[in-house]
Amino acid sequence: MVKFDILKHELVPKFTILSKEEVEILRQTYGIRKEHLPWIRKSDPICKVLGAKPGDVLKIERNSEVAGKSIAYRYVVPG
Amino acid sequence: MSVNEIAKSIKSIRFGLLSPEEIRKMSVVNIITADTYDEDGVPIDAGLMDRRLGTIEPGQKCQTCGNRVGQCPGHFGHIELARPVVHPGFAKTVYLTLRAICWNCGRILLKKEDYDKYVQLMEKYRRRWPQLRHKLAEKIMRKASKLQECPYCGREQFKIKFEKPTTYYEEHPEGNVKLAPSEIRARLERITDADAALLGLDPQMARPEWMVLTVLPVPPSSVRPSITLESGVRSEDDLTHKLVDIIRINERLKENIDAGAPQLIIEDLWELLQYHVTTYFDNETSGIPPARHRSGRPLRTLAQRLKGKEGRFRSNLSGKRVDFSARTVISPDPLISMNEVGVPIEVAKLLTIPERINKFNIEEMKKLIENGPDNHPGANYIIRPDGRRIDLRFPKDRKTIADSVEIGYIVERHIKDGDVVLFNRQPSLHRMSIMAHRVRVLPYKTFRLNLCVCPPYNADFDGDEMNLHVPQSEEARAEALVLMLVQEQILSPRYGGPIMGAIQDYISGAYMLTKKTTLLNREEASQLLISAGYDGELPPPAIKEPEEMWTGKQLVSLFFPKDFNYTLRANICQKCGQCKKEECPNDAYVVIRNGVLISGVLDKKAIGAGQPESVLHRLVKDYGTDMGRIFIDKAFKLFLSYIDSRGLTIGLDEEELPKEAKEKIRMVVEEAEQKTAKLIEIYNEGLLERLPGRTLEETLETKIMQELEEAREKAGEIASQYLKETNSALLMARTGARGSLMNLAHMVACVGQQSVRGERINRGYQNRTLPHFKPGDLGARAHGFVYSSYKDRLNPIEFFFHAMGGREGLVDTAVRTSQSGYMQRRLINALQDIRVEYDGTVRATDGSIIQFKYGEDGVDPAKSDHGKAVNVDKIIEKVVGAGVI
Repeated sequence: MVKFDILKHELVPKFTILSKEEVEILRQTYGIRKEHLPWIRKSDPICKVLGAKPGDVLKIERNSEVAGKSIAYRYVVPG
Repeated sequence: MSVNEIAKSIKSIRFGLLSPEEIRKMSVVNIITADTYDEDGVPIDAGLMDRRLGTIEPGQKCQTCGNRVGQCPGHFGHIELARPVVHPGFAKTVYLTLRAICWNCGRILLKKEDYDKYVQLMEKYRRRWPQLRHKLAEKIMRKASKLQECPYCGREQFKIKFEKPTTYYEEHPEGNVKLAPSEIRARLERITDADAALLGLDPQMARPEWMVLTVLPVPPSSVRPSITLESGVRSEDDLTHKLVDIIRINERLKENIDAGAPQLIIEDLWELLQYHVTTYFDNETSGIPPARHRSGRPLRTLAQRLKGKEGRFRSNLSGKRVDFSARTVISPDPLISMNEVGVPIEVAKLLTIPERINKFNIEEMKKLIENGPDNHPGANYIIRPDGRRIDLRFPKDRKTIADSVEIGYIVERHIKDGDVVLFNRQPSLHRMSIMAHRVRVLPYKTFRLNLCVCPPYNADFDGDEMNLHVPQSEEARAEALVLMLVQEQILSPRYGGPIMGAIQDYISGAYMLTKKTTLLNREEASQLLISAGYDGELPPPAIKEPEEMWTGKQLVSLFFPKDFNYTLRANICQKCGQCKKEECPNDAYVVIRNGVLISGVLDKKAIGAGQPESVLHRLVKDYGTDMGRIFIDKAFKLFLSYIDSRGLTIGLDEEELPKEAKEKIRMVVEEAEQKTAKLIEIYNEGLLERLPGRTLEETLETKIMQELEEAREKAGEIASQYLKETNSALLMARTGARGSLMNLAHMVACVGQQSVRGERINRGYQNRTLPHFKPGDLGARAHGFVYSSYKDRLNPIEFFFHAMGGREGLVDTAVRTSQSGYMQRRLINALQDIRVEYDGTVRATDGSIIQFKYGEDGVDPAKSDHGKAVNVDKIIEKVVGAGVI
C-alpha cells in the first residue's frame, strides 16, 4: 500500500489543533463545555495524521457552497 | 392536597437491577398458589389475586394500604423460584460477562498491568467521558475473553458458547458442558465490586448476579385486572395466565426436588421454568415458540404491552385521545374564504368553547343559554363560580336558568362563525397539515374547505376525511390565530415559495379570462366583478365602439395593488429561441406595471400552487399575508365565475385527428417498427456494437427502447400539431391546469412502450411474453409496445401489457408510502428536539452543538427567496421597473 498524505486530498478540508487559549475563547463565545462540541474519535485518520489527543479541539475550515467559507469544531475523544 | 398531588420535580433518573432482597422487601405477599379465586369468587390467600396486592373492585378496601380503588396504587408480591433462572433481557450481558471472568475465582481475565491500566482509564472516563464508559467496558470484555489462563488462580479457561435465548455451554476438551443458571449465578457472585465497575456495571445499582433471578416480582392486580363477563364467567389477564404457569411449574419443581427426583426430571422442569419466565417477559423472543392462550392466540406479555404501535408508549403516552374534536368527510366550497372551514350544524352543536360571562356579553350569553343544547347558537353547560356544572340538556325551563346567571359564570357555548379551530388531515407530514381556520357553520354533514388549501393538506374529495379540534383557552386561540392561520402558511417554510394557490379550473379560468381574445360587455363584466366581491368602479372600457367592452386583463388588474410591478414567462411559453417579450404571439410574456396586467396570460406559473416566483409569491412576500388571502379569495372567484359562464369540457370527438395526421402517425410508428426489426437483424448477425458497460442483449434493449420512445414522442408531436387550438384538453395541458401533452398523446396518437421494472415486458412464458408470439421474438409488439391510442382502443394483447405496467405502478405507490412513512418517523424521532438558538447555532436539548451556524449560512429558508437570502433580479426590477412601461 502506498501511503499518501490525506491532508493534500482535495476533499479533505483544513484541520488545525486549537491552542489552549483559542479553546478557551471558543468556550466563552458559545458558552459551552468542550463536551458540547461535536465529537471526533482519536482513531479518525485526521487525528492520527495531526497527532491529536483526547481533549484536543480541532478547527475545520471548509469551503461551503452556500456560505463561501464555513468553520466547524470537533472535540477529540478516545476510541 | 392529597398524597398524589404533591408537586415534585425530577432531577435525575437512574436505572438499575432489582436485587432479590429488594424484591422481597417491596413484596406484600409470597405467592405460592396457582389458583386465583375459590368457588364463591373470593380471592385465595397467597394466590395471584390475593387481596393484599391491591383492590380492583369498587367499594373494597385494600388489605395493605386501606385505600379504595382509585387511591390504592397496588402492591407487588413475589414468587420464590425453586431454582434460579436467567433474566432473558440480560442473557446477552450474562454471556459477555461470563466470557470475561475466571470460572474459578471470578476475576476479570486481564494481566496485572492491563488491569491497572484499565482501572485508571475507567476512572478517567468516569470523570471526562461518562458517555463513552460502555465502549471501554466492551473493549475490556473483548480483551478479557481472549485469555486462556487465569492470571490470578492459574486455572485453564474454557470458551463459553451462548445459544439464544438462554442456554450457555462451556467448551471442554471432552465436549460441551451445559451451564446451569445456579452455576452461572455462583460465578457472577464471585465478581468483585471493582471488577464489576470495569465491566460497565455499577455494583451499587446492579450486581452482576442479579441478572439471574431467584425471586420473581409479581405485579399488583391492578396491572392485570380480571374482567367479569356478563355471563358471570371470570376472565383473567394474559399476565395472570403466564404467572399461573410459572407458579405451577415452580411448585412442581420444588416438590420434585424435595422428593429427591432424578436429576433428569429436575433439569427438564427447570428448563420449562426458564421457558415460562422468558415468555413472561417477552413472548416474541426469537428461537422459542410463543406461549399461547387456550384459543391459540399468542399471549400479550410484558414486552408486548410496551412495544410497537399499539404499545404503551406510542398509543398511551405519546398519543392520546382528545375531547373537543370532530371528524367527517370533506367536500369543496369555492365560495368560502381560504381561512374558513365549513362546519356542519350538527357538529357545531356538540363542540363548545368555555366563555366567561362579563358585563359586555351577558345578554348574548343569556340568549345562548335560553337556546340550549339543541338550537344552534346555544350552549351545552354552565359552570358556576363554585365549580358546579349545570347540564342544559335536562331542565325544561332554561329561561329561569338564563336569568339566574351572573358575571363570573362560565358558559360552554356552541362554536359559531368566526371561532378559531384547528383543522388537520393525516398523514400530518409537515406543519401545513394542521392549520387554524375560522368556523363557518353550514348546513349538511361535511366539512367544507376552500380549494386552495387542498395542496398543503394533500386533500381531494374522493372520500377523504379530516379532523377538527377546538382550542379551549384564550392563549391557545391567540397562538393558533397568529402562528397557524391558513394565510400565514401560504409560503412554505421549506423554501419560502407559496404552496397554496390555484389548481385545475382556477388555472383554466384565469387563462381563458386573461386571453387577448376575451372581451366582455358591461353586463358580463359587472356580473364577474360582483361574484368576486369587487365593490369599486368599473375601469374605463378598452373598446368604446360599437359596444363598450372590457378585457379580462382589465378585470384581473383591479385586484392587484396599485404599485405592483412584475414580469414572468407563463407556462404556455413555447421557449422560442429569441423571446419577443411583449410581442409574444402566445401572449406568454406576463408584464404587470403599476398594478395593471399589460400583457401576458395568467396560468400555472403565475398563480399555480407550489410555483416559486409566481404573482402570488410576490404579493404575499411584498404586501403581506392579508394581501395574499384577499387576492386568493377575490380574484380566484373571478376565474371560477368566468369558467362557469363560459364552460370547459372535453368530448370524444374533440380528440379526433384528421386522416392526414393519422396517416403520418402510422408512418412514424411503422418506421420505428422497421428500425427495431433492423436492429434485431443486426443483432442476430452478430454485428451489433456493444455500448460501454453493457452486454450485447442490454445494448439491443436500450437501442430498441430509445427507438420506440422516439416514435411515441414524434407521434405525440404530430398529434398536438393537428389538434385544434380550441381543444380543451390541449388548453389544460398547456396552461398547466391538468394533464400533460403526453397524456394527450396517449389519448389521440399512441400509448407507447409499457414497462415493468424499467424494462420492456419480458416475463410470462419461456422465451416469450404470450403464446401469441414466436419464442425469441424481440419485436416491439411482442414486448409491450402499444401501437394504438386510447381512443383507437387497445387490442387484447396491448391491453394485457398495459395492465401489467399499470399494476406495477399501483404496487410501487403502496410499497413506497409505507417505506417513506417509516423513514419519516425515524427522522422525526431523531430531530424533534433540536432547535436554532439565538446565537445562530443548532443545538440539542443538552446544549451540545450540532451546527455552528444554521445551514452554514444562517438563512431561514422560510423567509428566503427559494433558498437564497436575497433575490437580486427582483430588487432591480422593483427599483427600475416601476417607471418603465
